[in-house]
Amino acid sequence: MFSTLIDQFWSLTLSGIALGFIYVLVSLGYTMVYGVLRMINFANSEIFMFGTFATIVISRDFLGNVDGSKSLPLPKLLLTMTLCLLGSMIVSGLVAVFVEFVAYRRLRARGTNKLATLISAIGISIVLSESMRIITHSRPTLNPRVLEKKSLFEIAGASFRIDTVLTIIFAAVLFLVLDRFVKFSRLGRAIRAVSMNEDAAKLMGVDLNKVISATFLIGGLMSGAAAYFYTLTYENTKFNVGFTLGLAAFTAAVIGGIGNIRGAFFGGLSLGLVEVYASSILGTEWKSVTVFIILVLVLVLKPNGIFGEAVQQTRA
Amino acid sequence: MKLLNSIRTGNLRDWGASYWDNSSPTKRKAIATSIIGFAALAPFMGFGLLDTPVSDYGAVLVYPVGMFILMALGLNIVVGKSGLLDLGYVAFFAIGAYTMAILGTRTSLNTWEIMPIGIALAMIAGLILGLPALRLRGDYLAIVTLGFGEIVRISALNTSEIGGPNGIPNIPVPPPIGPIKFSLNDQKAFFWVVLIMILLTIWMIRRLSVRRAGRAWEAIRQDEDVAELMGVHTLKYKLWSFSLGAAVGGAAGVLYASKTLFIAPEMFTLNVSILILACVVFGGMGNIWGVVLGASILAYLPERIRFISDARLLVFGLALVITMNFRPDGLLPRKKREKAIVKSAQKGI
Repeated sequence: MFSTLIDQFWSLTLSGIALGFIYVLVSLGYTMVYGVLRMINFANSEIFMFGTFATIVISRDFLGNVDGSKSLPLPKLLLTMTLCLLGSMIVSGLVAVFVEFVAYRRLRARGTNKLATLISAIGISIVLSESMRIITHSRPTLNPRVLEKKSLFEIAGASFRIDTVLTIIFAAVLFLVLDRFVKFSRLGRAIRAVSMNEDAAKLMGVDLNKVISATFLIGGLMSGAAAYFYTLTYENTKFNVGFTLGLAAFTAAVIGGIGNIRGAFFGGLSLGLVEVYASSILGTEWKSVTVFIILVLVLVLKPNGIFGEAVQQTRA
Repeated sequence: MKLLNSIRTGNLRDWGASYWDNSSPTKRKAIATSIIGFAALAPFMGFGLLDTPVSDYGAVLVYPVGMFILMALGLNIVVGKSGLLDLGYVAFFAIGAYTMAILGTRTSLNTWEIMPIGIALAMIAGLILGLPALRLRGDYLAIVTLGFGEIVRISALNTSEIGGPNGIPNIPVPPPIGPIKFSLNDQKAFFWVVLIMILLTIWMIRRLSVRRAGRAWEAIRQDEDVAELMGVHTLKYKLWSFSLGAAVGGAAGVLYASKTLFIAPEMFTLNVSILILACVVFGGMGNIWGVVLGASILAYLPERIRFISDARLLVFGLALVITMNFRPDGLLPRKKREKAIVKSAQKGI
């Protein structure tokens, strides 16, 4: 039972970290929106899903790439990758802004209770995933391979494949940029002010609607980047791809303390590792069950997460 | 005149309530009997405008219409009465169905003997999930119940002892009650059983609403912290509401398995939970008649209008967003008196 885990420990660790970085990026969408709204963004998994489709549509339809065993020539490869990453981020970001506008804004303006907003968010998430299901006829969509996945180097039996390395490096960079942005930029300060005290922020002249839209946009951009790296690694997507991944990313956000951006980093990485180790012991079919049990355990034992929520509020 | 006025203002609920309150006991009995009689005759009205081109009219009345009403009423106890968002309601439906399938194919017990076992197991599952989950605040509860619904399905999928992805075939139909026989070809008997279960559930909810439990749920829905400060044992009543909702879901599951004769994990996806939630929300959270109306419309329309049936879930998702944005109280809102309390409570704080 444990022999796979021991034999392939380092290579499992590596893929756990790569998966963890995807979780980090998606969980930022949950954690940032939660920070300003004190509400779960139920449609985040669909925002991610749209990103994966955007990547494929750009690479396959706009750039006309077909599946090949060899990498594209370098200039075209770079162009494809940049366009796909940016396109995926932009599409996800726009979907996120759309979600906020349709499902949250009107209800917030009227000051309805939380239940109503939750239900409306679930509704929009169903609408998004069902439209994609109908468009794609429930079939999985393949991402043409443009990058030959050769191993760059090997350490202790773990082979550092080029897509794994790219995912880790770019996700880490994006996370650092976001962290600095929220800390130092004017908009970042406004976001933090709203998450600390909405009323006080409003009195200080922060435009609440603008900040909330911007938060959704940033969360969407991050989920879109995650979607790009996901399609790069797994090379296919489906209308319900966001469901399990969204639940896992939400779990990651909760582990790190929802609302806490740096917490999401550690939450994502630790969940990625735990998930990979657990599937090597129990088998991949129990993967989502493991994630769910971790979520319930964290919520029951340490509801503020390991690193604590950004703002204490255990019940509202 | 009053009726016209209430149609214009869109508040049929209050008109109905005041009409009922002003009626004499004999008149009330007459109204109730005629409504129940009318509903019981529904299987004979499957012609003309009401007929369903997509599937057999008699079957449509049992599933989805009857079953959706039953489950929506059960979920309404949780979502509408106590304000707890449960997105894993399908889990209890699945537990009821699997209880029926396993016991029905492996023992000599019949549907009516399995019914209480299925209900009990669903309630126990409700308690097991509720004990940790109901301590959490609303949005966490939603995502934990959502996960739970998936976990039950995945566990059924991965357990080969109960058929794994192939499910369980050859589930027996209920034994005949007197001259009434149950068969797949003629589903009138199933419809009457569902109708009786719906009436029992409505009766249970109405009785509970005016008693201690109903008042506790109302208090929890409006403000949980205040309710707790006033001495309401919130966790206990939330657990009650949760497991009563689960019991109705379990009962529906037992009957469903006994009706379709075959069940498989893919029948119990998150979609079912969302469909039922849409029925509750669209009709009017917390109001029995609203829920019945909402579930009838949302269950019946996709069968009547062909192009909706392909995009059923899309329509239900839209129903959720649009209802919440433009008519958050649903088609038939809860009583004005109850709403007035909420309003003054919101203003007071």
